[in-house]
Amino acid sequence: MLNPLFRKHIVSINDISRNELELIVKTAAKLKKQPQPELLKHKVIASCFFEASTRTRLSFETAIQRLGGTVIGFDNAGNTSLAKKGETLADSISVISSYADAFVMRHPQEGAARLASEFSNVPVINGGDGSNQHPTQTLLDLFSIYETQGRLDNLNIAFVGDLKYGRTVHSLAQALAKFEGCKFHFISPDALAMPEYICDELDEQNVSYATYSSIEEVVPEIDVLYMTRVQKERFDETEYQHMKAGFILSASSLEHAKPNLKVLHPLPRVDEITIDVDKTPYAYYFQQAENGVYAREALLALVLNETIGE
Amino acid sequence: MKNNHMQVEAICNGYVIDHIPSGQGVKILKLFNLTDTKQRVTVGFNLPTNNGGEKDLIKVENTEITKSQANQLALLAPNATVNIIENFHVTDKHALTLPNEVENVFPCPNSNCITHGEPVISCFSIKKTKGNIGLKCKYCEKTFSKDIITEQV
Repeated sequence: MLNPLFRKHIVSINDISRNELELIVKTAAKLKKQPQPELLKHKVIASCFFEASTRTRLSFETAIQRLGGTVIGFDNAGNTSLAKKGETLADSISVISSYADAFVMRHPQEGAARLASEFSNVPVINGGDGSNQHPTQTLLDLFSIYETQGRLDNLNIAFVGDLKYGRTVHSLAQALAKFEGCKFHFISPDALAMPEYICDELDEQNVSYATYSSIEEVVPEIDVLYMTRVQKERFDETEYQHMKAGFILSASSLEHAKPNLKVLHPLPRVDEITIDVDKTPYAYYFQQAENGVYAREALLALVLNETIGE
Repeated sequence: MKNNHMQVEAICNGYVIDHIPSGQGVKILKLFNLTDTKQRVTVGFNLPTNNGGEKDLIKVENTEITKSQANQLALLAPNATVNIIENFHVTDKHALTLPNEVENVFPCPNSNCITHGEPVISCFSIKKTKGNIGLKCKYCEKTFSKDIITEQV
């Protein structure tokens, strides 16, 4: 089968078609079931993290090594020529990409990955660019949804918490909008509601969505509950204490859940999911984090191999 | 009685941008680098219109308006008219159409966008949603209203 992602840059979820999303998710499922330790044999992958990251960097580097590739790179831009000698990012990318077969990067500025894709000779994979995109998080979210629900169409999905600044919820909503019949339920403090531009995009695509004031209200009808953290620093202390209670998930909130409901969270969590939820059959956030390795394996395998054998 | 006096002197050859919203004329002068040209440029600000409003007007001699300038004009002053003048006569009128994208004209208003300080040109795709014109940066993917972008000129 012709692989449409071969040598393609993965910068923004907006650049990836529905068919490509399905291909990545299905490839991740295959790699989870049947590891392929030689898919990246003799490949060198640059893993350049210009800002700190725990899960993204470690899961990328795990993915590379599980597929037989080797990693070069750094996890802190402090000692690079960019920081020390004032080199432009464009020049850094031109040089580093000439050493490697693919370039995985995270950068604190929005648009860094798009810029990198214009200066790199090898595929660039965006591991997060400032507050803009984090496409591999969305891919692992989609894979976790597909794995637990068996489909990406006709799903009822609730998004809870910081829907204004949370790039994960924006990208996931944009990705799921490419599939048929999904219905979105938004639950957030008024000050952190889903931005108008996302709602406008959903309107344009005829995606059904509604806002609610509590998690319990939607639990009986949803398939996926996507929790995010409301950051304390966005509110004053009194306001935060008063508001946060409405956006905390506890085991008792899930009393009327459908059996297939799964709770997802991009992590790290602080106190928005109480630990009693961890023991319920609905908790899936730690498996979701593990799925980050398979989703990233799938992506690397697809951009670096023209075909992938069954 | 209708006042037939021309408010700004006629030109022999060149182009006239008329019906510019009052206050936008100076932005257009700056954007088109008309303050640097050696050609004669005649400008009228806050001229009275037939319907009792005010407009700006710019006449540029011995110069042709470029397609890129006409596109930028469509963004800044969508209801303006561009008349091409030859031998004191209007020989052509340019229809202004909103471009699909605008390159290397406006800097990205997002101060954390990678375009600041890197060797790339700014690029925005233009989208009309619910009657509002939004410009989406190719790099940081943030969408800004037309007013925020053009305020920077």
